[in-house]
Amino acid sequence: MTSSPEEILRGLFDETLVGNAPRVLELTEEGLALGMEPQTLLFEALIPSLEEVGARFERGDFFVPEMLIAGRAMAGAMERLRPLLAETGVETVGKFVMGTVKGDVHDIGKNLVNIMLEGAGFEVIDLGVQVAPEKFVSAIEEHHPDIVGFSAFLTTTMPMFKANMNALEKAGLRDSVVVMVGGAPVTQEYADAVGADGYAADASATVKKAKALLHEKRAKVTA
Amino acid sequence: MVARREWPVDIHPLPPLLHNQPQLIAGEVRRLAVELLASYDAVAVGYADCGTYGALDAVCDELGLKRLPGLHCYDLYDGEARLAARLEAEPGTYLLTDFLVRSFERTVVRELGLDRYPELHDDYFRHYTRVVWLAQEPDAELRTLAQQVAERLRLPLTVVPTGTGRLEAAMADLLSSVISG
Repeated sequence: MTSSPEEILRGLFDETLVGNAPRVLELTEEGLALGMEPQTLLFEALIPSLEEVGARFERGDFFVPEMLIAGRAMAGAMERLRPLLAETGVETVGKFVMGTVKGDVHDIGKNLVNIMLEGAGFEVIDLGVQVAPEKFVSAIEEHHPDIVGFSAFLTTTMPMFKANMNALEKAGLRDSVVVMVGGAPVTQEYADAVGADGYAADASATVKKAKALLHEKRAKVTA
Repeated sequence: MVARREWPVDIHPLPPLLHNQPQLIAGEVRRLAVELLASYDAVAVGYADCGTYGALDAVCDELGLKRLPGLHCYDLYDGEARLAARLEAEPGTYLLTDFLVRSFERTVVRELGLDRYPELHDDYFRHYTRVVWLAQEPDAELRTLAQQVAERLRLPLTVVPTGTGRLEAAMADLLSSVISG
């Protein structure tokens, strides 16, 4: 039986929420076969669902496994939608280079942020974990991102934020890129102390902050 | 330890699973400490920072309490400098204690949802390169269990016998500062 577009959107929302990756992919295919726009599937079902996952996590109704399983379901759909979104000629919101700092192998939060950023229209270049300052520098030189994000999970690796900032300064790149920092131990105060432009406490807030910072940056350029 | 040293101390534990939601630790410590302060001469906190990122210290400052030193319990077994060197040498080190070895199924597998979503294994563990068991009181049973944990994580196991000497010294210092303090 063929589903209606409304049923597909509702199904995508519900199945992403519970992390049913195979069903999310099926519904994505069904929607596309019906002629639904990839943006519609993304912005009217997948992203709202992941935002609901984030809200439930905040309330303590969901825990990390539920976040991850939902993220994986959305990532599967994104694999299918990414080339179609590119084909539509919609410009990306901005380019984001992301990495977990040197000495730190934790990437669960970073990966969730990546999914949300990509879903929101950013092109994300993920450098992975244990990213040394010089690797951030060369990635910025190669990709010319609008924003670079440093992630740290350990209080012992947070000082790498400052090392990264120093490396950007030394390479003459500091003014060309917006710097965001995040991770479980990070606070706004710490972000300010290391001279970052932005900090966000969770994946959803990161997207909002990234968009706001980008808007500010572009406003400055055109002023 | 308390009985052997004949310390005048009662232990009031909080659920160990709080470590999987460290944002709740400070509030739970505060609640219990306030309750105990009504009936004891002194209260000390048997936690390190334990992922509260300073929130526990804020509670200690507010209530005039002292806590064990260090960022995590691992510091109390291995020593802060030794552990830092271990992690710097190999950042992909997954740490175990005797407690975690014994309770791995409950405190790690179930809590991470791996019983329900085994496909998440790589999301959690793909960047780890070894398991280090900080062995306080190793015996044949724990050795077997630790090996099983390492096999489950598909990582090599390193056993570091730490004993409980550093924890005991830290406890003695804490009690001495509380009693004299």
